[in-house]
Amino acid sequence: MTEAAAGQAVQTPVVTPLIEIEDLVFRRGERLIFDGLSMTVPTGSITALMGPSGCGKTTLLRIIGGQLKPDSGSVRVRGRDVTRLKRAELLELRKDIGMLFQSSALFTDLSVFENVAFPLREHTDLPEDAIRDLVLIKLNSVGLRGARDLMPSQLSGGMARRVALARAIALDPCLLMYDEPFTGQDPISMGVVVSLIRRLNSALGATSLLVSHDIHETAGISDEIFILDAGKVVAGGEPSALANHESDRVRQFITGSPDGPVPFHYPADELAYDLLGGFRR
Amino acid sequence: MHMRTVEISVGAFVLAGALALVFLAVKVSGVNLSQSSDSYVVQARFDDVAGLRPRAKVSMAGVTVGRVARIEVDMEYGEAIVYLEIQGQPGNLSLDTGAQILTEGILGARYVSLLPGADVETLADGDLIEETQGALVLENLVGDLITRLGAS
Amino acid sequence: MMDLVRALGDRSLERLGSLGRASVMWAAALWGLPRLSELPLVIRQIYNVGVLSLIIIVLSAFSIGAVIALQFYTQLARFGAEDAVGLGLALVLLRELGPVVTGLLFAGRAGSAVTAEIGLMKTTEQLSSMEMMGVDPLRRIVAPRLWAGMISLPLLTAMFNVVAIYGGMVVAVEWLGSDVGSFWSGMQDSVELWEDVGKGMVKSVLFAIVVTWIAVFQGYDTDPTPEGIGLATTRTVVTSSVMILAMDFILTLSMYGEFK
Repeated sequence: MTEAAAGQAVQTPVVTPLIEIEDLVFRRGERLIFDGLSMTVPTGSITALMGPSGCGKTTLLRIIGGQLKPDSGSVRVRGRDVTRLKRAELLELRKDIGMLFQSSALFTDLSVFENVAFPLREHTDLPEDAIRDLVLIKLNSVGLRGARDLMPSQLSGGMARRVALARAIALDPCLLMYDEPFTGQDPISMGVVVSLIRRLNSALGATSLLVSHDIHETAGISDEIFILDAGKVVAGGEPSALANHESDRVRQFITGSPDGPVPFHYPADELAYDLLGGFRR
Repeated sequence: MHMRTVEISVGAFVLAGALALVFLAVKVSGVNLSQSSDSYVVQARFDDVAGLRPRAKVSMAGVTVGRVARIEVDMEYGEAIVYLEIQGQPGNLSLDTGAQILTEGILGARYVSLLPGADVETLADGDLIEETQGALVLENLVGDLITRLGAS
Repeated sequence: MMDLVRALGDRSLERLGSLGRASVMWAAALWGLPRLSELPLVIRQIYNVGVLSLIIIVLSAFSIGAVIALQFYTQLARFGAEDAVGLGLALVLLRELGPVVTGLLFAGRAGSAVTAEIGLMKTTEQLSSMEMMGVDPLRRIVAPRLWAGMISLPLLTAMFNVVAIYGGMVVAVEWLGSDVGSFWSGMQDSVELWEDVGKGMVKSVLFAIVVTWIAVFQGYDTDPTPEGIGLATTRTVVTSSVMILAMDFILTLSMYGEFK
């Protein structure tokens, strides 16, 4: 081992990163979604991604999961570059990733029990009673053991999300990704989801990556927040630090004021000009 | 719905489809599944079969006794060779049986009518019917008539 | 003018693009035969697209057979050729109407349902979540529906033909007083197993491939919004119908070439 390498090893923080993203560039058609985005997610943390609607938060989750291929840059999950994995390796990697979709994405033709059993049946050769036990344990951890025979259409939005969460953790993943977990929830089920995310993260020893624009809940739960804007990370740090960030845009986002550097009005001519003369053109 | 009900109804569905195919083959297109077991083929040569088609009826005294198996043409003699598939064992048609091509109704399908013979000996599988009369072709008849009217 | 040309070009390129995506999807989904463990999925789908289409197929078949027999009877009776009703009915059904009408009904009943179902799965992120669980939706969702459609439509066509012939017989024999014997024998004398029954079934198999392919692809390629699903469903029915009619013309020309 050379001296330089030894020196580097000392400098490396105790918490190794689970996800490392470097210089990510992604285009959708003409639109540039990510323009040299870089960030790291430390193992065991709850990290949140925030940003205005349409800034590509969900897209980033899909790139990490290997569902979308970036134009350039690298995305390493546990040291393996997702963008260069072969199909079979990618499928293998995804067994270690649990993802909770915004719409819950339960399979509508399967019961709650079968939904949670689905990843187990697909990826393990466990006997039927072992699957049953595992499914009931997972359902119990989200408090819905009693709802095992219901169909997804009979569940409320909050319950559906909890079932989806039980399904996402069925294979004990090391990375959990949540896409807008708080959207469209009443205050009670929102509180349930918040406490579940925290509890599952420590119980499974997993790392959680959370996409949201509910500033309050997100700030309360996460160790670190990254704010995306115009295809780049514009700010990152602990929640408390961000409220006093030097950038106007970041502060506007955190405080949620309607007008500011991010304008209320879509770019247009002066109102008076539009009302008086715009018609004649 | 319960998987078992689904499986049973799909089974019934596939069975019904298969039966429908068998029905189309046997009842509609008239394929005789037991044809090879007890039937034999005799040939007949006609100067004109005009519109007789394979699998047309072969009848005797108005009763169907077989079908036209296939029709070939003998270029050398300018004759049509018609293979008749007759039901039953060889031995039920006498050697001097005749054959003629007739029409069901005025515009109906052509068929082969067998005229009973008197010989004690019988036609064997592959034998040739000597006594034949081809189809009456309407145009020829009309042509004949006009020629005769013109002559008189 | 240039705008028109450009719009036309854009449109053709877009069509070409979706044909390419459809081909890739088809090849990926049907790569290798279905594994035995996937058989229950196929059975479930045969139930959805086949068994559930049965009622509309049987009802339409009966009335179409009856109507054709009625028309043939009145026209043929003028030439004293009522005996040919059975033959005419069988030929029209086996060669043309059976495969075509069943295909059109199938596209409307089952094709649209498949498109809407897959489109909804895409819109509600079910396909994505399946992919994120390391399960390939092409094998799990698309392939069973393709197989089920390709198995069901030919079977439905055979049943359509039988019921329609039966419906025609009811009208010609029971109602108009044709002779049962000549109804069947007229049919049997001229209908040929390969020429009529066989080629009709070949048509049906080809229609089945095209209709299920269109239905599944439109669902899979849906714009993931409620409007997108509506549009995709309409596109399935319209594209399938046009394709069936166009293909039928070409197939008839090439199969029954003596009409040339």
